[in-house]
Amino acid sequence: MTEQHSIVSSDELPAVHTPPGKDVAVELVGVHKWYGEFHVLKDINLRVRRGERIVICGPSGSGKSTMIRCINRLEEHQKGSIVVDGIELTNDLKRIDEIRREVGMCFQHFNLFPHLTILENCTLAPIWVRKMPKKDAEELAMHFLTKVKIPEQAHKFPGQLSGGQQQRVAIARALCMKPKIMLFDEPTSALDPEMVKEVLETMVSLAEEGMTMLCVTHEMGFARQVANRVIFMDAGQIIEMNEPEAFFSNPQHERTRLFLSQILH
Amino acid sequence: MSLTFDDGTFIRSELETPLPPPSRNLGVIGWMRENLFSSFLNGLLTLVGIALALLIFPPLIRFLFIDAVWTGENREACLGPDVGACWPFIHAKFGQLIYGFYPIAERWRPNVVFALGAILLVPLMVPSAPIKRLNSLLFFVVYPIIAFVLLTGGNINASAFLLERFGLISPLTGGATIAGVNLTFWVDFVLTALIVAAAIGALIGALGGAALSAARSTLYVFAAFGVLVMAWDVDVGLDYVETRQWGGLLVTLVIAVTGIVASLPLGIALALGRRSQMPIVRLLSVIFIEFWRGVPLITVLFFATYMLPLFLPQGANPDALLRALVGVALFSAAYMAEVVRGGLQAISKGQYEGAMAMGLTWSQMMRLIILPQALTLVIPGIVNSFISLFKDTTLVLIVSIFDFLGQLRASFTDPNWASPVTLYTGFAFAGIVYFFFCFGMSRYSLFVERRLNTSHRR
Repeated sequence: MTEQHSIVSSDELPAVHTPPGKDVAVELVGVHKWYGEFHVLKDINLRVRRGERIVICGPSGSGKSTMIRCINRLEEHQKGSIVVDGIELTNDLKRIDEIRREVGMCFQHFNLFPHLTILENCTLAPIWVRKMPKKDAEELAMHFLTKVKIPEQAHKFPGQLSGGQQQRVAIARALCMKPKIMLFDEPTSALDPEMVKEVLETMVSLAEEGMTMLCVTHEMGFARQVANRVIFMDAGQIIEMNEPEAFFSNPQHERTRLFLSQILH
Repeated sequence: MSLTFDDGTFIRSELETPLPPPSRNLGVIGWMRENLFSSFLNGLLTLVGIALALLIFPPLIRFLFIDAVWTGENREACLGPDVGACWPFIHAKFGQLIYGFYPIAERWRPNVVFALGAILLVPLMVPSAPIKRLNSLLFFVVYPIIAFVLLTGGNINASAFLLERFGLISPLTGGATIAGVNLTFWVDFVLTALIVAAAIGALIGALGGAALSAARSTLYVFAAFGVLVMAWDVDVGLDYVETRQWGGLLVTLVIAVTGIVASLPLGIALALGRRSQMPIVRLLSVIFIEFWRGVPLITVLFFATYMLPLFLPQGANPDALLRALVGVALFSAAYMAEVVRGGLQAISKGQYEGAMAMGLTWSQMMRLIILPQALTLVIPGIVNSFISLFKDTTLVLIVSIFDFLGQLRASFTDPNWASPVTLYTGFAFAGIVYFFFCFGMSRYSLFVERRLNTSHRR
């Protein structure tokens, strides 16, 4: 598992096999995954430092969602190692729960719980997972709902909110667990154009506070503004990884150039 | 207005104000036009419906009320031409229809059970009533124990649990009793509990699980069961009334309520088992569900009553009503499991992922996120099962347990009340009683459904 693979992705990563230091939030080494016969992730090597913001883009079916879903074990990888916040992901349920407590996630379709109010959505995990008293959890939830600018909706149900508002609730819900790392899986692709902005603003303010973030998104303006690194994936592998300025102005790989020419106008 | 047409372009200069809807949709005429006569076919159906109602209801009301006989001592009152319902018959047989052959001097005991049930159930069903937790504890845990003691008289004389069945304990204790409680049973019980807990702990430990906590939970289960048996074993000074003497609405309600209360949690557990990732759990659940769905209830009851004693060791002869109860509960649990599974399948994968990503454990995820939504979705199906279970209880008639309908049919044979209208009156009364319970359940389920429907509340 630790042998060097001679593909582009590995070449770009210096010293990826040194033991994870304290400043490493997420480290993927030689990660492979198959869906049946289909090889979805091929030798993924990625190290994310604390406070670093990574934007992952690529065509659909390129494995970008699968990759970040492996980080909190919504998907299981079959080869290689994933270390999150110093804990290696194995089949041990305790470790998985421990990692999930530290990793927040926002989904394309929000995945709010429709039978609970906005406030209950936010307090659920702090109360049941962190064993926080109800009153403290509600205070915390109101704090984060204020931060995403919808405290007045706290007692409504998700079905009564617009898509943009729901996604901001989903961000607040994840933040209530005080995560060290946030994963975003295409948070704006199910939203009306007018609502994309409000969600992106929330994510930018989160980035400015130094949250470690991995975002699968095609919002290239967002990538330019906040990302430390942009990753381009295709066919289950990392094709190119660079700082946003260099990535956009001077893409190295042919496939990246083709992709960028299609989404940037 | 502000229309400014100029070769196909258009710019609005002021916004339209909302207007009231056209008057034909308002008032009684508007309502009738919309709901009763919206098209030729609908108008025709409305007329047919009115004709049917005119055909059915006047004779029914005449039979039940206008031509009905209200007082009388025997069949003489209900003879003669154009006589409607014979209500004195119901009045004379009322006690039998409610209590069966329960001793008349002891009828206060079922009455207390009925009253206590109603007192505990009503606040449980009203959402605004306080102390729900205590209330449900009383209804689901304390009430069944009290009901059992009151109805049977308690004092079950527990003499052997497991080891004593092989004659291992009585040589040690010599059959001593303390305050009417058999020492042999309790020594047997405690020893069995310890052995089983140790065995389960060892098994779980060998499989790499938490041995100590498994053993501890086993002991908790045994302790709860011990308290139950203790409560039933204490002599409270009530006469013993064997279940053979029970009957009427009492039996109907005992079977239906036990079946309903037992089948829901059992059905949920089976549904979760059938969707489990663990092959053995899934296989066992599938076998259980398909077995009970594959056999008719009559076969189950018949088997439990007449064939089970042939297989059991001599002396072990569980009560006939108990056997029917277990049969009905397991039977309806299998149906309930499939209803609940339907609800579980309707919950999107995103809900599971949302819950897992927050770090909830499997049981928290099921209890807090998945089941509340799944059960709300299948309330119509659940209540459907409850209603059909309530009506199916009458099948216990074939194993000589006389439920409400059984008692009614038995009372038809009384020559004192033999009249042309006795049969009609009896079945009309039975229909009203069953309708009262089933329609009640149906309406209450609609209320709950509307109350829990938060997902699309606008």
